[in-house]
Amino acid sequence: MIGALISQIRTLWTVLQHTFTPADTVEYPAKPGWFGVTKNSTKVGPYLAPRYRGRIVLTRDPDGVERCVACNLCAVVCPADCIALQKTEDENGRWYPEFFRINFSRCIMCGFCEEACPTYSIQLTPDFEMCEYDRQNLVYEKDNLLIDGPGKYPDYSFYRISGMAIGGKGKGEAENEAPPADVRSLLP
Amino acid sequence: MSTELFPFYLAATVALVSTLLAVTRYNPTHALIYFIISLLATAVIFFLLGAPFAAVLEIMIYAGAIVVLFLFVVMMLNLGSRGDELEHQWLKPKMWVMPSVLCLILFFELVYVLSGPSHPITGTAVSPKEVGIQLFGPYVLAVEIASMLLLAGLVGAYHLGRRYLSDARGQS
Amino acid sequence: MPDEVFIYVIVFGTLLGTLTFAAVLVWFERRLLGLWQDRLGPNRVGPFGIGLALADILKLLTKEDWIPPFADRIVFIFAPTAVLIAMFMGFTVIPWAPGVQIVDLNIGLLFFLGMTSLAVYSVLLGGLASHNKYSLLGALRAGAQMVSYEVFMGLSLMGVVMLAGSFSLVDIVNAQQDLWFVVSQPLGFFVFLIAGIAESHRLPFDLPEAEHELVAGFHTEYSGMKFGMFMLGEYLGVILISSIMATVFFGGWLGPDFLPPFFWLAIKIFTLICFFVLLRAAIPRPRFDQLMSLGWKIMLPLTLANLLVTGGIVLLTGYQP
Repeated sequence: MIGALISQIRTLWTVLQHTFTPADTVEYPAKPGWFGVTKNSTKVGPYLAPRYRGRIVLTRDPDGVERCVACNLCAVVCPADCIALQKTEDENGRWYPEFFRINFSRCIMCGFCEEACPTYSIQLTPDFEMCEYDRQNLVYEKDNLLIDGPGKYPDYSFYRISGMAIGGKGKGEAENEAPPADVRSLLP
Repeated sequence: MSTELFPFYLAATVALVSTLLAVTRYNPTHALIYFIISLLATAVIFFLLGAPFAAVLEIMIYAGAIVVLFLFVVMMLNLGSRGDELEHQWLKPKMWVMPSVLCLILFFELVYVLSGPSHPITGTAVSPKEVGIQLFGPYVLAVEIASMLLLAGLVGAYHLGRRYLSDARGQS
Repeated sequence: MPDEVFIYVIVFGTLLGTLTFAAVLVWFERRLLGLWQDRLGPNRVGPFGIGLALADILKLLTKEDWIPPFADRIVFIFAPTAVLIAMFMGFTVIPWAPGVQIVDLNIGLLFFLGMTSLAVYSVLLGGLASHNKYSLLGALRAGAQMVSYEVFMGLSLMGVVMLAGSFSLVDIVNAQQDLWFVVSQPLGFFVFLIAGIAESHRLPFDLPEAEHELVAGFHTEYSGMKFGMFMLGEYLGVILISSIMATVFFGGWLGPDFLPPFFWLAIKIFTLICFFVLLRAAIPRPRFDQLMSLGWKIMLPLTLANLLVTGGIVLLTGYQP
C-alpha cells in the first residue's frame, strides 16, 4: 500500500518535471522542424527515411526505357485494389503497360506492390504531401507516375539480365547468361 | 396569509403535490424523481422552521444516499414500458380504497390534535452544536441503539456478500 | 454601495466568473496536459489557442440537440440541468474574501456536501434515461462510486470542524490565522483530496465515463448543449472542489498583505486545479473493484482513525477554538 502510494507520487513528480522539457511536436507545415535534420542536411520539415513508404512512382531503367513489364503482380497483391493496368507490346516484342493507374484515394501505402514487382519498376518514395480538394485528382495516370530516373536501384535493368529475347538482344546475350544449348546436337 | 409565511406554504404545496405524484406514477424512475423533490421541499420546511442541521441531513442522507440506492435497484431490475403496463394492471381503482381510509383516519386525528390548544411555531434556530449536545446527552441511549442496529445490518450485509462469493468459487 | 445592490453584484459575479472560468478551463487543461506530455495542445485559434474556449461553446450550441427515440424524454432533458443547479448552489457558501459571500450559513460545509451529493442524480438519471447499456453501466458505477466516496468526504472534513468549532466556512477560514489545517489535518486533507477527485469523477477516477470500456459512459447518448452541460458541470465540480479545498485546508483568503484577499484565494484555487490536471496527465485509471476497495478498506479506516485521534487530542488538551 505505502509502496503503491510512493510509486504514484513518483509518477506525479516525473510528469511534473516535464514542465521544463520542450515539446516534441513539429509544427508542420507552419514551421520547419528541427529534429532528425543531420549536420549535412539542407532539408527542412520532418525527416523521412529513404525507405519511407509514401507516394508511388514508376521508374525507368538506366537506358531510359520504362521498367514496367505489365506483369500485373502489383495489381494482384494490392489489398486495397487501387492499381489498374493494361498490357501491350512494342514492335520489338517488349511488354509495357498501355495505361497504368493508381487511385491514391484508396492506396494505403503498404508497399506490397514494391515487394511484388519483379523488375524494381514500382517504388515508394518518401513523399506524402498529396492533399487535393477534388478526389478525382488523386487518380494518378502513367504520365503522373513515371519518373525519369532509376529510383533506388540505379544499375538494374531487367531486360539486360533476363533471358527474354527482344529486339536487339537475342537468346543467351544477357549478362552472366550462357548461350542456349542446342538440344538437337549429339556432340558432348 | 402573511408574506413571511409565503415560503412555507410554497414549500408545503410543492411537498404535497410531489408526494401525491410520487405515489401515483407508474414509472418507478419518475416516481423517485418526485420523491426527491418532495424530500427537498421538506428540507426547505425544516430550514424555515429553524432547523438547518436537520434540513441539510435530510438532503445529504435521504436525497443524497438512500434514494440513490432506490434508483440503483430500479436500474438493476431492467424495467421498461413492460413494467409500466404491469403497474397499470396491478393498480386498479379499488386498490386505493384501503389506503385512502387509513389516510383519512390519520388526517382527522391530525385535525383533532391541531384544533386543541394552539401551538405557535417559535422560530428559534437550532445550531448543529445543540443538536450534538442533545444527541450525546439525554438521547445517548437512542443513538447507541441505532448504532447497534446499523452495525447488525452491516455485519449481515457482509455475511450475505461473503457467502455469495464462496458460492461463486464453488467451495461451499 | 447599498447592501441589496452588493449582494446582486456578488451573485452575478460568482455566476459569470465560475461559468467563464469553467469554459476557459477546457482550453487551459488541454494546454497544460500538452505541456506535461511534451506536446503543444490546442494553439490554432487566437493567441495560444485561447479562442478555443469560445469556439467550443459555439460548436456545442450549434450542434444538433438530439434525443434518442428510445430515451425517457423528460428525465433525459432534466438530468444535465441537475448537475449545473447543484454545482451553482454549492458555490453560494464559498467566502471569496472577507464579507464577499452570497450567504454565510452556519452549516456551510454541510450545505456543500449536500449539494455535491445531489449532483449524483444528474449522472444516474442521465444514464438511466438513455436506455443504453453503456450509459446504464456508467450510471451504476457513478452511483456506487459517488455514494461511497461521499461518506469519507464528509467524515474527512469533520476533523477540521472539530478544530474550528463551526460548520461555517468563514469561521473555518478565521480559525486558520496561525496554522493552515493542511498542516494540522494532513490525513483529512489526503482523504478529502482523493474523495474530491472521485466525487467530481475526474481522471484517474473517471470510471463512470471510462471511454476505453464504456464508449462515453453515462453521456453516450447526449449531444449538443446537453452534453455541454455535463462537461460544464464536471469543470464546475473541479472548481468547486478546489475552492472548498483552498478554503478549508489552505486558509482561504488569508495571506500576506501585499495582495488583496481574493487574489490569495484565486492563487490557491488555481494551484489546486493545476494539481487536478497533473493527476489527469500522469496517473492511469484503476479498475472499478480496486476503486471501491480503496475507498472502503483504506480510506474509511483512515478517516475514522483521524477523527478518533483529533477528537482525543481536542479532549485531552481542552482545546477551545
